[in-house]
Amino acid sequence: MSMANKPRVLVLRTAGTNCNVETAFAFEQCGADVDQVHLQELFAGRVAMKDYHILALPGGFSYGDDIASGRIFANELRVRLGADVAKFIKDRKLIIGICNGFQILVKSGILPGPFAAGSKTIQTATLFNNDSGKFEDRWVHLKVDGKCVWTKDLPKTIFIPVAHGEGKFIPVNRAVMDGLKKNGQIVFSYVAADGSKPAYPDNPNGSTEDIAGICDPTGRILGLMPHPERHFLFTQHPFWTRLNVGASRRVARTGFGDGAKVFQNGIDYVKKHLL
Amino acid sequence: MIWRIEIQEKPGIFDSTGAGVRHDILDLGIVSVKDVRAVQVFLLEGDIDRPVADRICRNLLVDLVVQDYILTDRPSKVSPRKGISEVEVAYNPGVMDPVEASTLKGIHDLGLSGVTAVRTARRYIIEGALSSKELELIKDKVLMNKIVQHAVKDARDSFRPLSVAQKEPVLSTPEPARVRMLGLSDKALVELSKKGQLYLNLNEMKVIEKYFAGLKREPTDIELETLAQTWSEHCNHKTFRGNIEYTVTEGKKSTTEFIENLLKQTIVKATNTLNKPWCVSVFHDNAGVIKFDDKFNVCFKVETHNHPSALEPFGGANTGVGGVIRDILGTGLGAKPICNTDVFCFARPDFAFDQLPSGALHPKRVMKGVVSGVRDYGNKMGIPTVNGAICFDDRYVGNPLVFCGTVGIIPRKMEHKKVKKNDLIVVCGGRTGRDGIHGATFSSGDLTHESEVVSSGAVQIGNPIEEKKVLDVLLKARDEGLYTAITDCGAGGLSSAVGEMGAELGARVDLELVPLKYHGLNYAEIWISESQERMVMSVPPKNLERFKQIFAAENVDFAVIGTFPGTGRLELFYNGMRMADLDMAFMHEGTPRITKKALWSAPKHEMPKFESPADLTPKLMEVLADFNICSKEAVVRRYDHEVQGGSVVKPFAGPKCDGPSDASVLRPRLGTDKGIAISNGINPRFGAIDPYWMAASAVDEAIRQIIAVGGDLSQVALLDNFCWGNPDKPDRLGGLVRAAKGCHDLAVAYGTPFISGKDSFYNEYNDKGKSIAIPGTILISAIGMVADVTRSVTMDLKRAGGLLYVVGSTYDEWGASAYLASYGYIGGQVPVVRPREALAVYTSLSKAIARGLVSSAHDCSEGGLAVAVAEMAFAGGLGAALLLKSVPYEGHSDRDDMLLFSESNSRFVVEVAPQDKKAFEKAVKDVPCKLVGQVLADEAVFYYGLKDNLCLKADINVLKAQWKKPLMF
Repeated sequence: MSMANKPRVLVLRTAGTNCNVETAFAFEQCGADVDQVHLQELFAGRVAMKDYHILALPGGFSYGDDIASGRIFANELRVRLGADVAKFIKDRKLIIGICNGFQILVKSGILPGPFAAGSKTIQTATLFNNDSGKFEDRWVHLKVDGKCVWTKDLPKTIFIPVAHGEGKFIPVNRAVMDGLKKNGQIVFSYVAADGSKPAYPDNPNGSTEDIAGICDPTGRILGLMPHPERHFLFTQHPFWTRLNVGASRRVARTGFGDGAKVFQNGIDYVKKHLL
Repeated sequence: MIWRIEIQEKPGIFDSTGAGVRHDILDLGIVSVKDVRAVQVFLLEGDIDRPVADRICRNLLVDLVVQDYILTDRPSKVSPRKGISEVEVAYNPGVMDPVEASTLKGIHDLGLSGVTAVRTARRYIIEGALSSKELELIKDKVLMNKIVQHAVKDARDSFRPLSVAQKEPVLSTPEPARVRMLGLSDKALVELSKKGQLYLNLNEMKVIEKYFAGLKREPTDIELETLAQTWSEHCNHKTFRGNIEYTVTEGKKSTTEFIENLLKQTIVKATNTLNKPWCVSVFHDNAGVIKFDDKFNVCFKVETHNHPSALEPFGGANTGVGGVIRDILGTGLGAKPICNTDVFCFARPDFAFDQLPSGALHPKRVMKGVVSGVRDYGNKMGIPTVNGAICFDDRYVGNPLVFCGTVGIIPRKMEHKKVKKNDLIVVCGGRTGRDGIHGATFSSGDLTHESEVVSSGAVQIGNPIEEKKVLDVLLKARDEGLYTAITDCGAGGLSSAVGEMGAELGARVDLELVPLKYHGLNYAEIWISESQERMVMSVPPKNLERFKQIFAAENVDFAVIGTFPGTGRLELFYNGMRMADLDMAFMHEGTPRITKKALWSAPKHEMPKFESPADLTPKLMEVLADFNICSKEAVVRRYDHEVQGGSVVKPFAGPKCDGPSDASVLRPRLGTDKGIAISNGINPRFGAIDPYWMAASAVDEAIRQIIAVGGDLSQVALLDNFCWGNPDKPDRLGGLVRAAKGCHDLAVAYGTPFISGKDSFYNEYNDKGKSIAIPGTILISAIGMVADVTRSVTMDLKRAGGLLYVVGSTYDEWGASAYLASYGYIGGQVPVVRPREALAVYTSLSKAIARGLVSSAHDCSEGGLAVAVAEMAFAGGLGAALLLKSVPYEGHSDRDDMLLFSESNSRFVVEVAPQDKKAFEKAVKDVPCKLVGQVLADEAVFYYGLKDNLCLKADINVLKAQWKKPLMF
């Protein structure tokens, strides 16, 4: 398979994945060739991970989030596709996990990383039940920080929605948290609208140190609870109708939202480094 | 052997399940509970040793970062501790917990074998002194629902074999069970219907008896069951399609009208009269289909799932959503769901516990369960829930209403289906179990306090992930053209689905080929089971190979269970033995037409007598906190309303994302600018005065919400959902006839055809001989087109200095208003609809919005002008000043409260930027529309009365807090 021309994105899905279409749309709009592939196809060897530059794990409720969110998918990735994933990472390719995808990355040990196939310690952090005890869909302000391919040139804060019941980030111990900070792995943190320290619901789940998204030490693997693909278009903004009333008509037609740059960064990186 | 695993949060990790339970216990009025811990229990059966079981714990079941676990193979000795109560809740045998199957899969993924069965349970450790009566109350009201769960009495129960159902003997090929029917007396026939839970009336039983007398044989049990399902009110709509003798009494004068088929004379007639070219497929399929663009059509269906939700709110609402989604999957050759709508009616959440009818669940619990059920299914399927409403009235105490709707998109030319002779009958998706037996017939009778015992089989728990898998695979098979027709397995199960698909060609089914959840089901149970997540398709034999490949690639089960042979007969076999042989024509057209009596006379209500208060601020505060008007944010937040990325106008508006939007606007195809607007109209209060105007107002409300967000009248389609009491009672039926007439008249006047509808009767609760009937309730759902979604308008005030207009006239119509209700009155003039005037308003306003002249718009509904302006202000974080004297008014009152709180239809409040004043006024010059005020930077609203008196003044933050508070529990 030729990988010469366009960045190729593998949007992986399984039973219960449900944000694959809009995630694929976002990458396509940024100029990628996107395949939405069922896990089963990888297991059967009909599709190979190595033929892609970006692996995207979209949101949803893989296997119903039965037992715990993302758990079964994480095991499949780790146990059945561990070697492929390790090779993918070694080849300096990119991975993004959104919402359920983030939960999968954390529970398989790919994040915070570094990922080692066959390692005994699997998880060094988790995403657990929201403090509210509820699934909630709401828009949140995120402070952008850290060293990550996916967040290059993003504004200091962005506005995108969360929709989850298990998004509270908890590291297994202090050392893991210190590592995240030292390596610049904390990429997105919840903040209040004015940029100050958030309380509920600005921090929608009670996440430790308001963490909303992290990357691995290389900055090439990103996981986050909020959904950048749901603020890809300007008209997905929850109050776009009141932003620059006069000009917004034009912007509404052509404009992109805060999340678009995340996908564009991934594609730009592939074009620059992997094509 | 059996391993028991108990999983608990580590010390210092917040146990949100336990905290939720503690909160619910407090709601019961029990304050002595200090803490609740929830423990997740897994039971694994199989030939595995401790290291393997431990690996399963560490790699699958336990999140070691935050949880501890105990793994044991024998009952632990629990010595009772003072002040600590422990309750373990497990599912009843036969109730499927999807977690069990996922766990088995997860174990398999780890490369481990030996585990043959998994069960789950939850143990609650409750700290605090409780009397045994209090503990029972907590069990019964908070921890479990005995319809699907039980409290484990003996710790040793954990270690008894799990797979009980599998141990039941497999039935050898039986003779079909014959039911003695021929020659039975009327009384014996009625008794037979009752004993068999057939819910057929004497007339119908006689017709069936005659049919079999003609065949000179007794019916088999499965034949009787099939007829009962097919002829049930639920499937056959006997009331709406039957004859009605409708008598109207006015004073001493009575007139009687004979209505042959109410549905055809009202709802369908309007659609036929209008004959819109964009109506693609109406009334005959699972959903109504209308044109969307050059490539796609959209379809819409709304259903109710009332009876099951009354007994088991979570499961009932859960499977209600699952069911209506399957209707969309089964429309044409299968549509893709793009959004859900949900409307509920409950008794007030502060209903006194000691006033509850026996056997009824408390409305707060019903509401929590229903909302969770809807949330679970919609969110997991990845379908955004974008629109809804919640109404409160204490007469819903025994019969909550749960309306679930789904919109789908389907490529053009795929809207029609036709089974071909010799196609294979294929059932796919979930397996068949004993769940949901008698659901269709059960919903065709009244509920009683015994319903939870008698009909427990009729309730079930859904598995949304299974349905998502079915959705994914079906669309693939559809696009390759692998099947010729499809329908869902809903009420009546295979009986109804296969019966419908084979209505012309006949069907032959080998029941032993149906995949089962467990052994032990008999042939009749297989046939009528209402197990969820199943679809039935007709597949030409030549496509079977490819069909198999696609299904295997998506991990979805299917089975060929028979053929459509072209005999016109329904023939059922079990292991080669003939169990049923019925004429399809008799099944579908044999129902005797019945004539029911309907009476109507206008009820008399006391006319309100009180002075208009000089300061109306306290009344606005009171009305904003009315359960029917207050914020539904606590519910809507729990629904994913943005998945799929299509939302343009969301349920929440304004800079704080908490203002109440009118219709929702959605972009079904990412990358294009054409949209749809989805809305609903419902106001059971109006029915207390006249169901005709209740229906007319519901149509108007649904339509004006679409206009408010930027839709127009050129293509709006309506759906009707009637929920009524017992239609055999003439006074109940009289109201229904009036409502149906209201639907017809308004649909014709507005040029908005009905494309689909549904009815639910017998919403009465019999408590110790007393019958509580719900208020006759009609929900109108609407779908309209938005030519360019980037022109959409929201309801939040945008800019200080904006000009406020009221469009549409106010009349002296405060009958059945929220305002009068706050004084305990109903009476007065109910809002009517004046279609000619309204049409002009809608057309002008649509044009002004399309030209970009309107910066915000909100419809006036419950709470009238006062509430509409307050909502716009606090949604936008801006104030407003308003002169009642300037409001277009066609009444005769000199009361400020009449102008503020009248609920006249077809009105809007709109904001116009000062530079657009001239153009806007020109656009609306032919309709009642006046400049009434201005948007203020101050965060306060000021309403000036008819005599320029300041009659209402309030801080918008105070109003908002008041409006948000009531349902935030």
